[in-house]
Amino acid sequence: MTGLPSRPIFILLIAVIAALVLVPLGGDKYWIKLVTRMLVLGIFAMSLDFLVGYTGLVSFGHAAFFGLSGYFLHLISSDEAAVNMLWALPVCLGGTALVAAVIGALSVRTKGIYFIMVTLAFAQMLFYFFHDSDLAGGSDGAFIYIKPVLAIGQTVLLNLDNRYSLFFVTLASLVAIYGLLVVVLRSPFGRVIQGIRVNEHRMLALGFNTYVYKLVSFVIAGTIAGYAGFLFASIDGFVSPELLGWQESGLALVMVILGGMGTLFGPALGAITLLGVEEIFRDKALVGFMAEHWQILMGGFVIAIVLFMKNGLGGVLLRIAGDRRRER
Amino acid sequence: MDWLLLLIQTLNGIQYGLLLFLIASGLTLVFGIMGVINLAHGSFYMIGAYLAYSFTELTGSLPLAILLGIPVTLVLGFVVERLFITHLYHRNHLQQVLLTFGLILIFNELQLIIWDGDPHGVPVPEMLSGSIPLSDTLSYPVYRIFLSLVCLFFAGTLALIIQRTRIGMRIRAGASNRDMVESLGINIRILYAIVFSVGVTLAGVAGMLAAPVETVYPGMGEQILIISFVVVVIGGIGSVKGAFLGALAIGIADVYGQIFLPGASSVVVYALMAAVLLWRPSGLFGRG
Amino acid sequence: MMAPSASESILHAEGLSKNFGGLKAVHGVTLACEKGQIHAVIGPNGAGKTTLINLLSGDLAPSDGRIIFKGRDITNLPAHRVSRLGIGRSYQRTNIFLEFTCWQNCWLSGQSRESSSLQFFKPAGAVAAVRARAEDALRVAGLEARADVPACEISYGEQRQLEIAMLLAMEPEVLLLDEPLAGMGGEESAHVIDLIGRISTDHAIVLIEHDMDAVFAVADVLTVMVDGEILESGSPEDIRASDRVREAYLGDEIGDLGGVAE
Repeated sequence: MTGLPSRPIFILLIAVIAALVLVPLGGDKYWIKLVTRMLVLGIFAMSLDFLVGYTGLVSFGHAAFFGLSGYFLHLISSDEAAVNMLWALPVCLGGTALVAAVIGALSVRTKGIYFIMVTLAFAQMLFYFFHDSDLAGGSDGAFIYIKPVLAIGQTVLLNLDNRYSLFFVTLASLVAIYGLLVVVLRSPFGRVIQGIRVNEHRMLALGFNTYVYKLVSFVIAGTIAGYAGFLFASIDGFVSPELLGWQESGLALVMVILGGMGTLFGPALGAITLLGVEEIFRDKALVGFMAEHWQILMGGFVIAIVLFMKNGLGGVLLRIAGDRRRER
Repeated sequence: MDWLLLLIQTLNGIQYGLLLFLIASGLTLVFGIMGVINLAHGSFYMIGAYLAYSFTELTGSLPLAILLGIPVTLVLGFVVERLFITHLYHRNHLQQVLLTFGLILIFNELQLIIWDGDPHGVPVPEMLSGSIPLSDTLSYPVYRIFLSLVCLFFAGTLALIIQRTRIGMRIRAGASNRDMVESLGINIRILYAIVFSVGVTLAGVAGMLAAPVETVYPGMGEQILIISFVVVVIGGIGSVKGAFLGALAIGIADVYGQIFLPGASSVVVYALMAAVLLWRPSGLFGRG
Repeated sequence: MMAPSASESILHAEGLSKNFGGLKAVHGVTLACEKGQIHAVIGPNGAGKTTLINLLSGDLAPSDGRIIFKGRDITNLPAHRVSRLGIGRSYQRTNIFLEFTCWQNCWLSGQSRESSSLQFFKPAGAVAAVRARAEDALRVAGLEARADVPACEISYGEQRQLEIAMLLAMEPEVLLLDEPLAGMGGEESAHVIDLIGRISTDHAIVLIEHDMDAVFAVADVLTVMVDGEILESGSPEDIRASDRVREAYLGDEIGDLGGVAE
């Protein structure tokens, strides 16, 4: 079962974070935004790893909560003034958690391949809801004209419109959420869901009502994905139905497996790597004419990961560090 | 309520349901015999439709286009199986899903390169372009009836194979078992390649047949794939009877949803799935 | 020694039946066991013994009949509820958490007795009661030395011992043991039978086994099942002397009934 990663990995992660802290100093606008996006998706990927790698629930609809939270932010935002995160964030997270609870209550009744299909279907339902309705711009998407701020009384402490603020909020969130998830995974609840992943039948025989634990895990993961979605929507100030779509959910799973399922830090690295790879594939200077059809390269990349690197980066790092915990 | 209009829409619903059944049976066939979930199944539906479009443009005849399209799809399915799917037999569901997801990305981009991003239509063949009059003003297209009959024919053949042969037994058991199949004296590699190419060609043929009544457009594969998943969830995996009833239920629900709840029609199918899940988490005829 | 009457028993089944389609796997089985007693169920393969255990543990819902535990009807309770009430089972095919260490396996068992595991912030190891259950279970089962070894790396015999350790950590009142000695060598079997004998003083045990030496060494009551029904039930002496039982199993593994001359 998992706890903090071993010392060499820990040091590596600290080094990565330190390097990231330096990005705003050297990088230009484009890079800061890109790295912010990477970090937000890192949070998203970690939340999915909590569900897939630790509880054993493979969801192909996790992007639903990612996108939904962004839409909630759009719906509560106004054109006149910035919303205050003090209430806006809990509202978005609460709404997302509620939807996750309803979808989870139905989905978690299923197992294995059914669960994959059902989560995909429910996410697609939400996609169509936003795509076909006039509620939030339909297929065109919608804007968040004024980004949220964090204010106490009249004092504005943080303005997410400021790209540096957003960057550091995201980085700090990534680290904090990682820490939070490690704590939860070491708690009785965390041990139980890992037991469910390894042998659900035996957990039932031991007396655990596995349905409840899986549902709670689903809601936790969905809510954290919602937090990532809140930040993501604040980067460009724009939401569209694609954020809820199956491609987004699929890419999230790719991040998890690329980074190393069940390592927690791995999928965060996987998110950063995948976005980096996408940048490379879209760069004419690096891949020539294929840049126009970079999806083919991406598809090939995904296939290659599944065939040749199924334990992901995290698996490789753990093996180098001599930690046998997560090889499977 | 105009009963005639309702009848027409009901017939449409049944036709759509039968089409879904054809596609879902391909999916269940591959999963039942080989234990592989193929997300790119919908892509073959799309490929079938586009092949029908191009070959019809070339030859002027849809039947000829289908005759040409079937071997092309079979070969494509065979190649995909030998190159990619063959590595998935001992992998878990997540890896299967992700690899075939990668295939979708590639297929979608190839489709844009070979054809384009615009929607297209395919003309109904002359012979079947008539309509059966139902009243002074309303009539029902012959082609849709033809389509329903063809799908029904495939359904019947599949049901026979499932019920009467040993391979059918394996599918009904819903588990892949290489040893068992090998003990039947068949080279398992070739068998799996054939099963896969037949399975995806069922989706391809569905695409070819449906091309005259549906729009041929880039996202059509994933759209139908997800509905196929709902069919399988409702009907239960490994159950052909379940897939049949589930497909019809969805066909009717979808069409009636468009009549009675025009704003929320796309959600009706998922609501139906949710209702079934509440009552029977393994599907109506599934095996848990 | 007679089989206990319904009023003294802690767990009893009345007219228990289970049909699978047309097949009657278990039919009209009535069985009782009391604390401090080992009730062994024997019979040829396919007699319905494992199905019976599955019915008692809640893994299967009966087609007919009742199951009463401490005076309460538990017939249709799902497995996890049955387990919480204090009925634990071990499996014929080892059903442990292979990825986790022996300690972690027993920890999960011990944790299952806590009123709620929906605790998110304190470290799992901090709950002293659970630690105690896990430690005691490992010690009694003789696996203390292997506590930190992943279960996939211990020997088969040790895995069978872990099955029992996990059961002990659950602190059950009734133990349902499905062929605990399956696949074990002589020395290991003796060790496990000794263990079962020791824990029987405070528990009610239902034991399915094919090893006749072991069964006749520890059982207080024997029930013989054939084709889903009870052929005969009584003390080991009665069963050994029974012509009906002998008739049913001449030449079978029960043929050599505890050393009585053929």
